[in-house]
Amino acid sequence: MKMTRRFVALLMIAGTFLCLFSGCAGEDPDKRTLTVFNWGDYIDEEVLQIFEEETGIEVVYSMFETNEDLYTKITSPGGDSYDVIFPSDYIIEKLISEDLLAEINYENVPNISLIDEKYLDLPFDPENRYSVPYMWGTVGIVYNKSLVTTEIDSWYDLWDETYSRNLFMMDSMRDSIGVTLKMLGYSMNTRDMDEINEAIEKLKEQKPLVLAYTGDEVKDKMIAGEAALAVLYSGDAVTVMDANEDLAYVVPKEGSNIWFDNMCILASSKHKTEAEEFINFMCRTDIAEMNRAYINYSSPQKEVYENLPDEIKTDPVQYPSDEIYEQCEVYEDLGDYTQIYDQLWTEVIAS
Amino acid sequence: MRKHPLLRGLSCFYSVIIFAFLYAPIVVLIVFSFNTLKSRGKWGGFTLDWYRSLFENDTIMSALSNTLTIALLSSTIAILVGTLAAIGIFFMGKRLRRLHMNIAYLPVLNADIVTGISLLLAFSVLGIRLGYVSLLLAHITFNIPYVILSVMPKLQQLEWHTYEAALDLGAPPVKAFCKAVLPEIMPGIVTGFLLAFTLSIDDFVISYFTAGPGVSTLSVTIYTMARKGIKPEINALSAILFVVVLALLLIINFRNNAAQQRKENQPTFLRKEEK
Amino acid sequence: MKNRIRRGKTGKEEYALQVEGIGSRRFAPMLALPFSVYMLIFIAAPLVLIVLYSVCVDPPGDMSFTLSHFKRFFDFENPVYLQVLWRSFYIAVISTAICLLIGYPMAYILSRMRPTVRNILSVLFILPMWMNFLLRTYAWMSLLENTGLINTFLTAIGLPTMNIMYTQWAVVLGNVYNFLPFMILPIYNVLVKIDPAVVEAAQDLGANGRRVFTKIILPLSVPGVISGISMTFMPAITTFVISKLLGGGQYTLIGDLIEKQYKVTGDWGFGSVMSVIIMVLILLCMNLMPSSSRDHAGGGLL
Repeated sequence: MKMTRRFVALLMIAGTFLCLFSGCAGEDPDKRTLTVFNWGDYIDEEVLQIFEEETGIEVVYSMFETNEDLYTKITSPGGDSYDVIFPSDYIIEKLISEDLLAEINYENVPNISLIDEKYLDLPFDPENRYSVPYMWGTVGIVYNKSLVTTEIDSWYDLWDETYSRNLFMMDSMRDSIGVTLKMLGYSMNTRDMDEINEAIEKLKEQKPLVLAYTGDEVKDKMIAGEAALAVLYSGDAVTVMDANEDLAYVVPKEGSNIWFDNMCILASSKHKTEAEEFINFMCRTDIAEMNRAYINYSSPQKEVYENLPDEIKTDPVQYPSDEIYEQCEVYEDLGDYTQIYDQLWTEVIAS
Repeated sequence: MRKHPLLRGLSCFYSVIIFAFLYAPIVVLIVFSFNTLKSRGKWGGFTLDWYRSLFENDTIMSALSNTLTIALLSSTIAILVGTLAAIGIFFMGKRLRRLHMNIAYLPVLNADIVTGISLLLAFSVLGIRLGYVSLLLAHITFNIPYVILSVMPKLQQLEWHTYEAALDLGAPPVKAFCKAVLPEIMPGIVTGFLLAFTLSIDDFVISYFTAGPGVSTLSVTIYTMARKGIKPEINALSAILFVVVLALLLIINFRNNAAQQRKENQPTFLRKEEK
Repeated sequence: MKNRIRRGKTGKEEYALQVEGIGSRRFAPMLALPFSVYMLIFIAAPLVLIVLYSVCVDPPGDMSFTLSHFKRFFDFENPVYLQVLWRSFYIAVISTAICLLIGYPMAYILSRMRPTVRNILSVLFILPMWMNFLLRTYAWMSLLENTGLINTFLTAIGLPTMNIMYTQWAVVLGNVYNFLPFMILPIYNVLVKIDPAVVEAAQDLGANGRRVFTKIILPLSVPGVISGISMTFMPAITTFVISKLLGGGQYTLIGDLIEKQYKVTGDWGFGSVMSVIIMVLILLCMNLMPSSSRDHAGGGLL
């Protein structure tokens, strides 16, 4: 009996706790909320607090790892609870073709005027009806000067046996297959099965040389000097180079991928006004600069760029020359071929 | 059984090695929670900053509160449904009983990843959005079987005389049940609750597949963070958790030891048979 | 009444039935109704769904039957996925074997200690399990890396470094580390229950230490060993976190593939195929296992 009483007491304590917690978690119908789904480590989180304080809109913030990850999550049950997402070019194209994005009402996003026209009206979203540029960058190789013995300037360096078990590849289907295709002189958007298969064979061949297929953790690893080479996005390259002077970044001579991460609103969003308010806020000069300074990617915002010190403006990593810009290709949605790429990449990972 | 001193020394040495193996990573976590540098490999100096920023980190704190509320809610619901189920199953015919027990065993035996995926599919077909509710339902699902499995043996040991006597004396069945049966099976229910609570807090795989936008448990948050360089706040959190768990376990253990000694001092005929 | 006669295993159960006869016999099983409904929706139906997804083209849109997902897995000309299954099996076997080799002596040593000491020590064994296993695995990364703590230490004392991170041995180590307590505890639980009188009797009859061990202790501890094996092997074969964090995607296990199909690629059909295969494998293993060990599984936690 004593046991019973004690147990009941325990449950009551538990119940009290629950009430306390649910008090915090309970949905207030008048409260304005917004669910933002962004890449991992891709915002200065202080920005979110400023937004909450200024507008009173509560932000629920979640993160994804790759574009494929994002696509799968928003199309899974519960995916309709996201409002603002940050997909890249080819996924935006795919989402538009599947009617998953809402058209943006630019009356609520006047700060679009602050975005450099160079980054607007791109093929994946002509007229920018569905997306507002957030950041852009390239894909390249980060190498550790004290660990490499050869000149690093080509994707073929990732196949160099000198660096066996000393290089990181990305655990990202489009990027890993893409750079291989580029190395072989093909388009990153090829639908030629011979070209695709050749790239896949190359990747399988490379596998014993690869130390690991990584996500964002590669940044820490490169700073610590875990490996000589890694495939990385340009902004992350700036971050790691700031932390470790031995590191350098190169866009290989065969050309590479240039990508644009834009902000979009899901068609299923129930907080469209809040979402537009958020996007407008993100384009504001002070906020865009906070984010740029925190994540080190290249901002498409005009005033942010103009206010930058010259050394950053001319930094080939953050703002590559037009020559490099020209050599780079933007990913396109592969349509039915996505499945083929997916299956072949799974094979590479499995082998 | 006297032991050779050499053998004794050897087994001491062996135990120390195993404990070092088990505790090395934990020590690393705790030590690095006081590191000024964000990096995991290098030591920069002593700081308590991470403990302060831990409590200011919304992501971690909301994950912590989700973990705790889901553990409490799911194990409470599980003991209610599970205890009733155990009694019901106990009185079932052989065939029905076997069917129920076999299905109840499934989540216990099955791989977590399969359970997680099967629930994900179920939620998508039923149109249940992934989020707090789906997480809760998932946790209840894998908790109930453990409650049934811990209550069942108590029912089998039960002396039903008292219940019968209570009924004979005119007590309504519910009252008779509460007075005569419930206290006897209470230890089983408590074990079930604790087991369910622990499993729920500890679960990663099933939560990983059933968590939704903005709602995640501590494990899922840690996993997301581990994939992109863990924040030192997480080290601080694990240090706190370690101390809390250590304290709890030691208290429970000392109390058990004390209780055992009290019992050993009692005359034999007063001792209750233990299971 | 017929029911009772057929069922009556123990006196107590039979008695319980009589009691119910007095009360509301038909009512009692109804108490399980909430569970039955819950079980149907969230345990049984979801498993059926996995099977459905594995043999349908594109559920729930296109429910027509196909074996293409299975064919992709069992492609004997290009057996990448069969290799993954084999690799998972092989790593799980090695991990379990190492757990047993390390764990048995530890359980034995523990069981020979004074009750107060061993109670405290067994608490210390459970303690790491209460810490989030992801955190502990993560901590291993900082220990094992090329520039990690172990190598820094080795270099400092002038020894060659070891590059274990991102090899299959790192995955094995992660498995052994995480599942070792699941091996030690069931064996320990069985060993402490061995009646000292049996051992003494054997000694009185002239058996030496080794004989006592091989003829008495080892056979009596078999149930513990079996449940220890099942409690380490099952999670080891399906893990995806340990291989991802410590194996770096180089040593893909079946769990990794399943996770990828659901979380990244969105190919639920192929993911379901692999889940079905895992499910069948586990149920097969469970049926091969002596039934007594089932009762130990899961019970060692608290």
